[in-house]
Amino acid sequence: MGHLRKIWAVVVKDIALECRTWEMISAMLIFSVLAVFAFSFALDLRGASARGAVPGILWTTVAFAGTLGLNRSFAREQQSGCIDGLLLVPGGRAAIFLGKALGNVAMMLIMETFLLILLSGLFSVPLLRPNVLGVVALGTAGYAAAGTLLAAVAVNTRAREVMLPVLLLPLAFPLLIAAVQATGGLIDGKTLAEVSGWVRLLIAYDVGMAAIATLTFEHAVGA
Amino acid sequence: MRHRDTTGLALSITTSVALLIAQGMVFLYAPREATMGDVQRIFYFHVSSAWVGFFAFFVAMLGSIGYLVKGQRKWDRLALSSIEVGLAFMAAAVIMGSLWARPVWGTYWTWEPRLTISAVQLLVYLAYLMLRAAVENPEQGARFAAVYGVVAFVTVPVSWFAIRWWRSIHPDMLTSGGEMALTPRMSHTLAASLVALTLLYAAVLRQRMRLGRFADALASLRTYVEREGVDS
Repeated sequence: MGHLRKIWAVVVKDIALECRTWEMISAMLIFSVLAVFAFSFALDLRGASARGAVPGILWTTVAFAGTLGLNRSFAREQQSGCIDGLLLVPGGRAAIFLGKALGNVAMMLIMETFLLILLSGLFSVPLLRPNVLGVVALGTAGYAAAGTLLAAVAVNTRAREVMLPVLLLPLAFPLLIAAVQATGGLIDGKTLAEVSGWVRLLIAYDVGMAAIATLTFEHAVGA
Repeated sequence: MRHRDTTGLALSITTSVALLIAQGMVFLYAPREATMGDVQRIFYFHVSSAWVGFFAFFVAMLGSIGYLVKGQRKWDRLALSSIEVGLAFMAAAVIMGSLWARPVWGTYWTWEPRLTISAVQLLVYLAYLMLRAAVENPEQGARFAAVYGVVAFVTVPVSWFAIRWWRSIHPDMLTSGGEMALTPRMSHTLAASLVALTLLYAAVLRQRMRLGRFADALASLRTYVEREGVDS
């Protein structure tokens, strides 16, 4: 089986599983709505202050909802013993990683689509634009790459669900800074060229993280 | 395994002498800084601690790569020891930075880029220690920690750029007065402090690795005794 077909097989497996249970998407969706409401109450958001806070709310919610989904994605691999089967595929560890990461990106993008609609509606901020969506996709790719690797580690620790945010968030700080700044700039009417420094930083993070995670994933899975 | 560690003893003595010399230079040789006064003297050990902290995390990354490639315990001991020692130095650097910031910038904390990235590094490597504590199987723990050690260090340059640009977009009036010109005597003192604290790092790292070696030996002896019984 070719490398691309192996990756695709893992993605299809994860999506099929999700379509049967909806446990990952539904948890992330409900959490993201709750988080947006909590932020609105906590920060008392109205008018201009809401506009300034939206990028921050968007990315904190993505980060926290993301850890929920990422945790689930490996917890169910382990409960069902599916990961042991996957690991038996010869030379397939990089493919497992890329497949899981792509699957996680897909789930997070679905959640983010709803989140963007919700935020645009609640705070009347123009978020559903191609350049904002591009920044969201770039930020999600890097977060899912780091998160997929660290979720594979976290699922084998004693603390399990607690471990992932502790490991992932400090490593995601540069990504969050760049994503918030790029999103904020675009909302304020700047062009993509004006925020290109942040976008390049996002791309550097994505490429670097994907490369390192693909290389080290084989050490992060299995007993 | 030797119980008398002559090299370690020599290293400790050299470190003590170097620390005394550096301390003396900080208080007696370096001039009093014109605008900040004596407070500025904390700068020499502050900068040196931060440098040692980052250097220690770099060494930890090398140890992590070594462990992933070779799979030998000594590489893992190097990574873990260097991170523990590096955390102490980094914490000292952040605390000294805050103490300096209070009279000079008027606040204990600003989101000054160098201060911020040091604090982020503290959080990253505290997470590393939490990860180690959360895995029961030592081999698995070492492997996971090595993966984290490599990934963590890779984020340092991106963090640095992100934090710098982030602050340059919201310019902070407090930091603009932070730069100062170093006179030759100040440079000498800084160099001496750097050497002294790097030696201190080497000495403590060596002791910590030795402790790790003893702990490993003790663990394997325990397993042996449990399996074979005391009498055999």
